[in-house]
Amino acid sequence: MKNKGFRVIFCSIVYIFLFLPISVIVVNSFNATTTKPYMSWKGFTLDWYVKLWDNSSLLEAFSNTMIIAIVSTVLATVIGTLGAIGMYRYKFKGKGLIDGLLYIPVVIPEIVLGISLLTIFANVNIPRGMLTLILAHVTFCIPFVIFNVRARLSGYDNSIEEASLDLGANRVRTFFEVTLPILAPGIFGGALLAFTLSIDDVIISYFVYGQTKTYPLKVMESVKSGVSPDVNALSTIILIATILFVVLTQGSLFKKKDRRI
Amino acid sequence: MGKIVEIEGVNKIYGSNKVVRDLNLTVDEGEFLTLLGSSGCGKTTTLRMIAGFEEPTTGTIKVEGEKVEDKEPFERNVNTVFQSYALFPHMTIFNNIAYGLRMKKVPKDEIKERVLKMMELVQLGGFEKRYPSQLSGGQRQRVAIARALINKPKVLLLDEPLGALDLKLRKQMQLELKRLQKKLNITFIYVTHDQEEALTMSDRIAVMHDGVIDQLATPSEIYEHPKTRFVATFIGETNIYDGCITRIKDGVATITLENGEVSVKCPEDFKLLEYATISVRPEKMKFSKEKVDGFGLVAQVKDYVYVGSVLKCIVILPNGNELRIERLAGQELPEIGSKCYPYWNVEDAVLIHNESHYIFEALNSIQLA
Amino acid sequence: MAGKSKHEFRANTLPAIITVGPVALIMLLLVAAPLMYVGVMSFCSIDEYYNVTHDLTLGNYVRLANTDYLKIYVQSLLIAFITTILCILIGYPFSYIIARSKSRFKRIFYMLVIIPFWTNSLIRIYGWRSFLGTNGWLNSSLVSLGIVSEPIDFLYKNGTTILGMVYCLIPFMILPLYTAIEKLDGTLLEASADLGAKPVSTFFTVILPLTSSGIFSGSLMVFIPCLGYFFVADILGGGNSDVIGNLIERQFQSGNNWPLGAALSIILIIVTLVLVKAYQKLGGDMDALGV
Repeated sequence: MKNKGFRVIFCSIVYIFLFLPISVIVVNSFNATTTKPYMSWKGFTLDWYVKLWDNSSLLEAFSNTMIIAIVSTVLATVIGTLGAIGMYRYKFKGKGLIDGLLYIPVVIPEIVLGISLLTIFANVNIPRGMLTLILAHVTFCIPFVIFNVRARLSGYDNSIEEASLDLGANRVRTFFEVTLPILAPGIFGGALLAFTLSIDDVIISYFVYGQTKTYPLKVMESVKSGVSPDVNALSTIILIATILFVVLTQGSLFKKKDRRI
Repeated sequence: MGKIVEIEGVNKIYGSNKVVRDLNLTVDEGEFLTLLGSSGCGKTTTLRMIAGFEEPTTGTIKVEGEKVEDKEPFERNVNTVFQSYALFPHMTIFNNIAYGLRMKKVPKDEIKERVLKMMELVQLGGFEKRYPSQLSGGQRQRVAIARALINKPKVLLLDEPLGALDLKLRKQMQLELKRLQKKLNITFIYVTHDQEEALTMSDRIAVMHDGVIDQLATPSEIYEHPKTRFVATFIGETNIYDGCITRIKDGVATITLENGEVSVKCPEDFKLLEYATISVRPEKMKFSKEKVDGFGLVAQVKDYVYVGSVLKCIVILPNGNELRIERLAGQELPEIGSKCYPYWNVEDAVLIHNESHYIFEALNSIQLA
Repeated sequence: MAGKSKHEFRANTLPAIITVGPVALIMLLLVAAPLMYVGVMSFCSIDEYYNVTHDLTLGNYVRLANTDYLKIYVQSLLIAFITTILCILIGYPFSYIIARSKSRFKRIFYMLVIIPFWTNSLIRIYGWRSFLGTNGWLNSSLVSLGIVSEPIDFLYKNGTTILGMVYCLIPFMILPLYTAIEKLDGTLLEASADLGAKPVSTFFTVILPLTSSGIFSGSLMVFIPCLGYFFVADILGGGNSDVIGNLIERQFQSGNNWPLGAALSIILIIVTLVLVKAYQKLGGDMDALGV
């Protein structure tokens, strides 16, 4: 692969492939067409960005998605981080079982996890809605948090914590002063992954949502008849927001390396 | 000098593995005591029990006369310097050293003053704002020591603290640690597998072997009068002979070995027909071209190795065992391949009670003789 | 271990319960129990109102052997297989180029792979549909350029489903490959060249074996979801190129045969187990799948 021309062309094609459908969405969000399926170009307009604010069911779905994503990310991060530390450090019966169970949500097709949660929620009569959505999202996010924290833990020197105890900090203090800061990059990575997975999830949510529609489910509902351009507008806004978020939070990572570890 | 640490009848058992067996040890205030032994001998476990990271299976540990088994590490007035240093990677050097004081809620101004003073003491002035990863091995080592010492512990526990340093730096740090210890007058309990380091630094050495203290004594006592075969072989170079006491006359025992008879000064607790081990340091060994009275060993000169001030001679006994004999360079020596008669001054050899597992060898030697 | 000491409790038992307890609870109640329940349900029957009854039967498994279903299993496995191969063929050279790039924009190249995936996957698949549809961009361009006279129907074919699958799943191939290739020690390539290997043989004797872990984990993470991504087959395949996921989804819409859907899910579970076992046999690291 010495040939620079080939490399540039090949990579450009892949990037075009990756960004093509997104550009369709962005462009269509400015499309003045008002007839389904909202595809042929009828001129430039910002109308959809205005109309978006009148589409209360879409906005509600979006806020549901955010609530679910934030709550389940926080829960999965806290539970997963504690779990990763505990599984790394302590010996107990059934450790192998828990370890094995953690791989299931990662490898098994999402649809199987979705229908299995549906059947159990139906069986024990938990009404489907926000609660079941959050439970489902926490469940499939936890392993990803654990694996990220665990990657950070490997090569972690246990004597660092002993040093803290030795210097007079009790276990709780040691956790907050030493363990947590050292694991922070892994925890942050896991949380980001959990948030991304939660926001994007269609399949598992599809089986457990009840009356609480999330933004992906709202899109799914309108796919057959044609997604209206205000959905495109919202997607464009989200895309720009996430890019801004990345530039702001990861921006520093582009320049300097983490000098501490 | 008061007793600062008292370990009484301590056992540490993991499953069926007895790591420390029936340990009794008293450490005096202001003393530099070394736990010396090879890996797996229980020395680090002993240290960790004093620090509170491990709990004795049975027995008691007292610090300043107070039982500590039920105390958490953070409740004990001892501090540890870890083998890996265990510096907090996310904190500056200043914050690393200030950690213990911060936990004790010492006022900020005082912390600053004491930390800066301590950093001067360990020659780290000006490094406050750096992170551990920006320091060299030797500097990290100093941070680890400063971080522990600033808490003015009654006892400082050091777990192979110089193990990761190169030879030259290690020698330098040995002297520096000793200087600090004398200056601050803190009790040091030092774990190492390096016998030379132990001999250089310690007031007393406890040689550990298979979870048991084989001998607890001053460095010179340990070197000159090893109590067990293990101590003799572990500390310094030595020549070992197993045999049976076949005659005792005028305080001199004649020992019959596989390769002939030898003579050793006999302490009173050795009896006739007892199986015993003799240890003779290479620098105490001699050899002659004629037979020496009381010594029946015959050997062949195998090789000479020049090591600066001395010449190491390797001679070989009929059964294939090699002996090491040190001679000052420049002396006249038998040729390689020629016959020689190894011997020693009877008071230069140390007689050691034979441990049970060597009896078989000793029995064999009698039969052959 | 009778009479655990206070120390043991404070230093081990209590922290273990606090830290692992919540994870254990969730994994047992929301992963293990539901999956076991699906297993049980696959042997259940339904009454005339489509309610699940606990009359045990093997009937659901017998129905799985239906020729219509068999056709879809084969089709689904084929789609997953082609998708995986395409992901390797596109993903490997791409990952290689960006992972070994010396450009200072390397991290940006990497982020550019991830950014599209922050837009909802359904929206993106819908974007493809808009692009490929009879009055989409592609057809309008082709017609206005005079290349074709009539719009071509690109949608609702196995090929479009595969396109969507590749699009959705390719990051799961690129990311592990990128990690594996970036870790590759450059001096090994120099050593290989120094010892007289031509670039092609260096690739097959050094680079490929050392990055195979990335290919294995990537393939697993592409192949398995591919069997279940029913919405891709729905939107782009329009019912002409269903995957096993579509069969399951239909049975779990209200008023349908849940036990039959459960039995269909068991097939997916078995395929997953077999593939994971194979992955482990090949020396794959399970933790590499989730990072």
